[in-house]
Amino acid sequence: MSILVIAEHDNSELKQATLNVLATAKAIGGDIDVLVAGENCGAVGEAVAKAEGVSQVLVADNAVYGHFLGENLGELVAGVDKGYSHILTAAGTTGKDFMPRVAALLDVAQVSDIIRVESEDTFVRPIYAGNAIATVKSTDRIKVITVRPTAFDPVAGEGGSATVEAVDVVKDAGRSLFVNEELAKSDRPDLASAGIVVSGGRGMQNGENFKMLEQIADLMGAVVGASRAAVDAGFVPNDMQVGQTGKIVAPQLHIAVGISGAIQHLAGMSDSKVIVAINKDEEAPTFQVADYGLVADLFEALAEFTDKLAK
Amino acid sequence: MKILVSVKRVIDYNVKVRVKPDSTGVDLSNVKMAMNPFCEIAVEEAVRLKDKGVASEIVVVSIGPKAAQEQIHTALALGADRGIHIETDEEVQSLEAAKLLKSVVEKEEPKLVILGKQSIASDNNQTGQMLAALTGMGQGTFASEVVVEGGKVNVTREVDGGLMTVALNLPSVVTTDLRLNEPRYASLPNIMKAKKKPLDNMSPADLGVELAPRHSTLKVEAPASRQAGVKVADVAGLVDKLKNEAKVI
Repeated sequence: MSILVIAEHDNSELKQATLNVLATAKAIGGDIDVLVAGENCGAVGEAVAKAEGVSQVLVADNAVYGHFLGENLGELVAGVDKGYSHILTAAGTTGKDFMPRVAALLDVAQVSDIIRVESEDTFVRPIYAGNAIATVKSTDRIKVITVRPTAFDPVAGEGGSATVEAVDVVKDAGRSLFVNEELAKSDRPDLASAGIVVSGGRGMQNGENFKMLEQIADLMGAVVGASRAAVDAGFVPNDMQVGQTGKIVAPQLHIAVGISGAIQHLAGMSDSKVIVAINKDEEAPTFQVADYGLVADLFEALAEFTDKLAK
Repeated sequence: MKILVSVKRVIDYNVKVRVKPDSTGVDLSNVKMAMNPFCEIAVEEAVRLKDKGVASEIVVVSIGPKAAQEQIHTALALGADRGIHIETDEEVQSLEAAKLLKSVVEKEEPKLVILGKQSIASDNNQTGQMLAALTGMGQGTFASEVVVEGGKVNVTREVDGGLMTVALNLPSVVTTDLRLNEPRYASLPNIMKAKKKPLDNMSPADLGVELAPRHSTLKVEAPASRQAGVKVADVAGLVDKLKNEAKVI
């Protein structure tokens, strides 16, 4: 068997999710190649060549891949014909966008968002927003798979010495153009790979009050997230949303503040090692999944928590 | 221009999902079914484009058992003009759904196809992208804003880092995210009128597609449940537990 992993990156840095997906590839077993498609992304190719277990890195460096448009990436990946038995990528918004195109162009199905590998053709994935867990066997000749990165411990990012080869293939489907992007600027780590997440819900009342969470996050080296209710209410932007339709998080510690705990948010936080819920409503469903619950006025509790952390 | 919208019949999102005791799937008997929430957003967006004079006709298509006609009627009551029901009692996987929709696209030649980004049942997030690939169309996935102008559609997409806007040539495919719009409710007069709107019924074979599932589901289980922990009396108690018991701060 041989496996192709499509790297997730921003043209300058490799995203950690790629190391998680490499762990998935290792669990399947076989030779592992990595494709880095982007623009001026040579450094990413060098970086992933050092990751544990990689045989060969293919770098497709061209302006048509610079914004990771699904139409172009789909054609590129489907056209890399080296007899791979599996094609894997992280189930982030980039992977979710291009990977089904790869599957359709190869006339195979896709197995989305897997959380476990049972064997080379059998995988485990959540359905119904994580309320059921399905074990799925694929009969396709090529298994096209997106991986939930938080479900796999990353391989080492250092120590490997894969060969790096340029791929001189330019696929421009000519159907789409990048216009612009508004990306959140933050010095904090990614929500999806954060060690500590402090997330706020509708109970925060407004966006201004999220500053209290940011203050706590700064003291703890944490990242701030939000429930869908808080995003829908316009308190904070969509990229902060934790949950089945937002970001899946798996931190060591997740502090949920003023979140009642809709099913879909709980699904997005249930992989957290330790969950703390702070809510004034004793009946809030979040308490059913929390290791430690505090029934309190959240603004008073946050102020006191901040004081204690600052000491 | 013509817009094609696909809608899927799924368990109502308010229903607590239960896994069957024999692990063969999720229990669908006597459970309230409804239109997939992301598909409702797709219908709403099409209706808004028609209200603005951008769209002239909205065709709604659903693939599924006879009962899926309920969801087509809902879409017609919300403002779609015409329905197509591709009737089958078989399980239809994303690639097959995309092939069925492709043949509808070839017949109807819409300028825009709007789909929900995923169903809340299988959570696959595949069909729109697969349809776009099979028909050679561009795609604006996870849309939070859709603007049609000058033969193009500009789609603002919800991506991991924030928002990204792409310009797509028409025809193209758009898949909806949660914040694209807030769907309206159907009024009673519109529900009555919807019953008179045309609804075509066809089989996958009529469209030249043979259903051939590529996956088999070996088992479906309930997730490992987390046990509720302890309540702490105050912030000092919480900090103490986090430091000394959980050792996470």
